[in-house]
Amino acid sequence: MNLTYILQNVINALQWGSFYALIALGYSMVYSILMLFNFAHGDIFMVGAYIGFALTTALVAMSAAGVIVLPNWLILILTIILAMLFTSCLGMLVERIGYRPLRGAPRASAAITGLMIGIILQTTVLSIMGAQRVLFPSLIQTTTYNVAGVSVTNIKIMIVFVSIALMIALHQFVQHSKWGMAMRAMAYDYTVVPLMGVSINAIAAMTFAIGSALAAAAGIMYGMAYPILDPSMGILFGWKAFVAAILGGRGSIMGACIAGFLIGFIEIFVATIFPSTLRDLIAYSIIFVILVFRPHGLFGEPYSARLRL
Amino acid sequence: MLHNESAAIHPRGTLDLIRRFFANVPLLGWLAGALAAVVLEQAIGTSLAHALGLPRIPVLFGFLIFLKQPALIPGALGYVLLSNILPICIIAKVGAPLFNFLCRVLFKMPLLVTAVVHLALLYAIFHIWTDVNAYRLIMLKLMLISILLTLSLNVINGYMGEFSCSHPGFMALGAYSASLFTVGLFVNDQLFGQAILVSDYAVVFFPLGLIFAGLVSAFGALIIAIPSFKTRGDYLAIISLAFTFMVKSLLENLEFLGGPRGLSGQPDWSSLPMVFIIVVLGVWIINNFVTSTMGKALNAVRDDEIAAEAMTVNTRKTKIIAFMFAAFWAGVAGGLFAHVLRFVNPSTFGLQKLAEVLAMVYFGGLNSVYGSIVGAVSISLLGEALRPLEILKWIIIPLLLILVMIFRPRGLISFKEFNIEKLLKPRS
Repeated sequence: MNLTYILQNVINALQWGSFYALIALGYSMVYSILMLFNFAHGDIFMVGAYIGFALTTALVAMSAAGVIVLPNWLILILTIILAMLFTSCLGMLVERIGYRPLRGAPRASAAITGLMIGIILQTTVLSIMGAQRVLFPSLIQTTTYNVAGVSVTNIKIMIVFVSIALMIALHQFVQHSKWGMAMRAMAYDYTVVPLMGVSINAIAAMTFAIGSALAAAAGIMYGMAYPILDPSMGILFGWKAFVAAILGGRGSIMGACIAGFLIGFIEIFVATIFPSTLRDLIAYSIIFVILVFRPHGLFGEPYSARLRL
Repeated sequence: MLHNESAAIHPRGTLDLIRRFFANVPLLGWLAGALAAVVLEQAIGTSLAHALGLPRIPVLFGFLIFLKQPALIPGALGYVLLSNILPICIIAKVGAPLFNFLCRVLFKMPLLVTAVVHLALLYAIFHIWTDVNAYRLIMLKLMLISILLTLSLNVINGYMGEFSCSHPGFMALGAYSASLFTVGLFVNDQLFGQAILVSDYAVVFFPLGLIFAGLVSAFGALIIAIPSFKTRGDYLAIISLAFTFMVKSLLENLEFLGGPRGLSGQPDWSSLPMVFIIVVLGVWIINNFVTSTMGKALNAVRDDEIAAEAMTVNTRKTKIIAFMFAAFWAGVAGGLFAHVLRFVNPSTFGLQKLAEVLAMVYFGGLNSVYGSIVGAVSISLLGEALRPLEILKWIIIPLLLILVMIFRPRGLISFKEFNIEKLLKPRS
């Protein structure tokens, strides 16, 4: 195995990990603020991808019919922005229906409603779109650059850069804005902070909105890199991203990102070294071992949680 | 109109009236009524169905007919009324004095005898009910197994108050090890060669295989329990989730177990009496466990770990034992499951199974044996009854569960002790 081969896989792993990292952020933020598992998040990612698919198809068709003629790059940007907007509305709706009525209830019950909302979302998409996979329309001509034997496509570069830009934007927002400060305070203590005049409902809705918007961005970029969507992709990605969020440590944005990339790296490299059927087994075994030695995650701090069960 | 209004003012009026009307019927009476109803169905069911314009006996209380063939609804309703509801109610009410007398006689004997008599009646009902149709038989077996599975998860998620996602993994371990035991030793099979032992004593060997299955999955539980009970928090959820994926992936990679294709050829040993006895035994033992000192310690750990520690409860040991205990029964349930379907493959034990078991536990109610029975039975029945709706089923059941969670966050019947004496006692 030579250096080029490794570099090639590093680039693949960066792309693969950025999906996990973006989805994991949604889990991690909800978990740190409301202390609950948003099991519907993987399916929100899936719905985001489908919303992106619908928007792109509609805009491309409109361009072709001459209603409004837009260049492809503008369609892409419009799709991403609109899909993030719509999906964040969906996220807020999920919070309003599935989680807000259960705020005083045991946390496990909220996890169950999340799981069920996920199943409902998946079934809805399945019944609308049918069981066959759909092809995401390609908007950008794929150009392959060859740098010292390592082939890089422009889509890969774009995905990695957009993901990292979104992560940095989120980090800036959480660290340096008033809303971000409210979120951090809420994560610190969600019983006292509402007494200081910060509305927990507003913060929770905002958290869900941001998380869902990031998931939608991940969904569209996934559609561009692997242009096949099917309704069960939310489960596959969602649960692994969930593991990444916890692996990163409670409430750590950086932790969730790094753990997302870590899982991407583990999966890609396991698949290149071992037979690919062993991928899940080895990846989860590594995660298992990490959690045994760092039970609070990579960047989480030990905390004494009094569970609301 | 007037009637409707009065019902709105006293929403429990009619129900209360019915309840008071049947208040003097002991459980024995209901069982006897049900037995009479199933005997009646076996005797005249087919001709009754034909008389009402149905092609055959409705398999599941007419639910499938309601959704599939609306034209036959009156016939199906009539059938259910005539062959199920009426005989049960009439015999229960008319025979109430007799059954109360019998009940009092039974109560003079040890409680165990009384319970065994009731269970024998229940088994007779199941036996005759499933005699009519093979579909009923397999549905009932799977339902009984899911009771055991739900109850064992309730030990962890309800009584212990943790959130475990490892039950599909335990079930898979149990299913595969029981299959390995029976297929390897008793079946001429191309995977494992000639049978080593003769399979004439299934009654003896199958329970042994199930115990082996339970022990294997209890050992698997130890792998999770040792690291995850070092700290309190949500890490059990993650570690157990990782465990489920690991088991599934491991089974997919073990070629001698059939890999992703799965393992088939299990002998047909999960007969109804076998499943019934094992499940009853399991429920009885789990009920004893959760009402024992150990069970109380478990509740103490859930409510306040520090206080429990101060009261000399060895919290870590308690949690590990309870976790392994629950895993044991999940493994037994998995073994039974494999021998009902006579085929297992790794993808059976994935996230869908997890969602199903969690739904049963939280729908029925935490910390309660009644709740687990109700949850397992109602979700299985709903799943079967709504089958004609196809994909819509997966919207209706989750919606129902969300509503239950919103209005009763701990489930329908939570925190209720399973009191056998109270359940069986005479009512007059």
